[in-house]
Amino acid sequence: MFRRILIANRGEIAVRVIRACREMGIESVAVFSDADRRALHVRKADYAVHIGPSQASESYLNFQKIFDAARRSKAEAIHPGYGFLSENAAFARACKENGFVFIGPSAESMESMGSKTRARQQMKKAGVPFVPGTEQGLTSAEEGLKVAAKIGYPIMLKAAAGGGGKGMRVVHTPEELRPALEAASSEALRSFSDGEVYMEKYIVNPRHIEMQIFGDTHGNVIYLGERECSLQRRHQKVLEEAPSPVVDAAMRRRMGEVAVRVAKAAKYCNAGTVEFLVDEQKNFYFLEMNTRLQVEHPVTELVTGLDLVHMQFRVAAGQPLPVKQEDISIRGHAMECRIYAEDPDNNFFPSPGRITRLIAPSGPGIRRDSGMYEGWTVPMEYDPLLAKLIGYGETRELVIERLRRALFEYFVGGIKTNIPLFRRILMHPDFRAAKLDTGFLERLLKEPPVVNELTRARRPIAAVAAAIFAQALPPRVDPDALGNSSPQARAPSASPAPAAGGWKQAGREEALR
Amino acid sequence: MKYEVLIDGTLHKVELEQKGGTWNCKVDGEEMVLDVAVTAHDILSVLDGAKQWEIKREYSLLGETHLIVGSERFAAEVRDPRSLRSRRAVSEGAAGPAKIVAPMPGKVVRIVVPQDELVEAGQGVVVVEAMKMQNEIKSPKKGIVKKIAVKEGDTVNAGDVLAVIE
Repeated sequence: MFRRILIANRGEIAVRVIRACREMGIESVAVFSDADRRALHVRKADYAVHIGPSQASESYLNFQKIFDAARRSKAEAIHPGYGFLSENAAFARACKENGFVFIGPSAESMESMGSKTRARQQMKKAGVPFVPGTEQGLTSAEEGLKVAAKIGYPIMLKAAAGGGGKGMRVVHTPEELRPALEAASSEALRSFSDGEVYMEKYIVNPRHIEMQIFGDTHGNVIYLGERECSLQRRHQKVLEEAPSPVVDAAMRRRMGEVAVRVAKAAKYCNAGTVEFLVDEQKNFYFLEMNTRLQVEHPVTELVTGLDLVHMQFRVAAGQPLPVKQEDISIRGHAMECRIYAEDPDNNFFPSPGRITRLIAPSGPGIRRDSGMYEGWTVPMEYDPLLAKLIGYGETRELVIERLRRALFEYFVGGIKTNIPLFRRILMHPDFRAAKLDTGFLERLLKEPPVVNELTRARRPIAAVAAAIFAQALPPRVDPDALGNSSPQARAPSASPAPAAGGWKQAGREEALR
Repeated sequence: MKYEVLIDGTLHKVELEQKGGTWNCKVDGEEMVLDVAVTAHDILSVLDGAKQWEIKREYSLLGETHLIVGSERFAAEVRDPRSLRSRRAVSEGAAGPAKIVAPMPGKVVRIVVPQDELVEAGQGVVVVEAMKMQNEIKSPKKGIVKKIAVKEGDTVNAGDVLAVIE
């Protein structure tokens, strides 16, 4: 086993991997940019190395800086987390060349999966079901029109090298096809330096269900059950659960076996995820494979009882998988809420800034993977995922109630988060009835927010409390914030209105005595 | 002490009289006797009879005071009726040219509508990037862009004026 591992990432996933290191008696090395000196992953690690300016291209995405840090700290292996360099085949190859073990699949496996078009050809041979469409990138709009007429509208255009919704277009009529193809191709070229675009049938109201797989260097590949990830906003996942409410044991076995075939076709090793689209008749189609540990891996951990990061370490060190397929069983239900620094009441604007108060939930069936702490300033440079709140219980109904209770306890002050959005989701009758598809969240957001009687009834007590605060507890100048180098790190009272109010209140109190 | 408190824009008249941890209150004519414990500087535990409320105070990035009762959030503004000055200051803010302010810290990546041009209500004027997202900051009303207060590449804080619409 490794003695020391460098984590080439930040935020909650870096903290998650550091925890696994400590549990296995492995020393952890954090890396950090200028913006992250005070970040939680630095505080939790045994060693921490500065790797450059805040801009990710100069730090978290810079191979040389990562390797320099690994050499300096004498790390033997590198865990890439998700995002950043996690699915970068060139990085995986460079790790090997520089004498470090990359904790993930081989560069060759990634490359065979990275281009979706190439992946399709390989998988087809292995009997994997696909959404009808083109196997090659489209060469012209004429070709596109011909194929679309055959498979039927609506169709979807997709960047071969894409992900995260970029370079994707839905086309409903032949007239829309040519401009959509041009737009998708130029967007793909800009985002991925590859303008290749292919076409497939657009499935109306699909579910997004993915299968966790795990491979080792001894040729074993197993599946660990599915995750339902249909709750998305703009192709970004918001809430995930395991097992999927629509997948029964027979369907799980069929999906799992297909996923294992996909992985074996790519000689896949370590943790990976095979994504499927599932239509209203429960037909499933292979979508793509993610060659990394997923954000939502904790729901699988809770229902299988396995620690996927521990397993990643073992497999990367050359050990065989510690479990066999017949040992895997799914017990209970788990659900994850992704807590983002964004304002659901105001266009989902990102909300970086200082966390003035943090009250974290706990209690039965609650797990929280977090990268934040009270007093920390959420930087504006990186993605807005702050933490994941994960609930576990015997049934889906119990998990929903546990999460509602935990969200009631959860309080993040000073910045806006999407916590109120989860309260709405978990109360929604369609969600509770598990009537989910990838359009669910966009539809919910179009429903007018209900100002219920309960809210109205609380206004008088809120008014009294506001007056009590004003009279007895004037806003306080926070001395911590004054020495903070970040320009955003202003104490609440440093903003003009409350500060003036505060001094005025204090003066008034003096006069009253 | 008498106060006027705006909760989500609705006016409530509040009277307070404190005796240690006990507060005799009147809100919109209705009397309440509350047992108030300060559990942290911005967190109260309030007992109204046996009914318990945890009430938190925080400030938005733009300096507004928010109160959180249970999990419900309210915008709160407290006025002292004797202080006419603060009331006048509030009414002045409503008229005149509209300022577009940055709702969050970030970097100005694009000016969509240049100075002296016409904008519609709800039209994007400036694009601010934060957390890998580009956000169009929209005009609150129809008018002429009187001033663009930032340029591309500028770093801005929440509350900074981006543009003025007249």
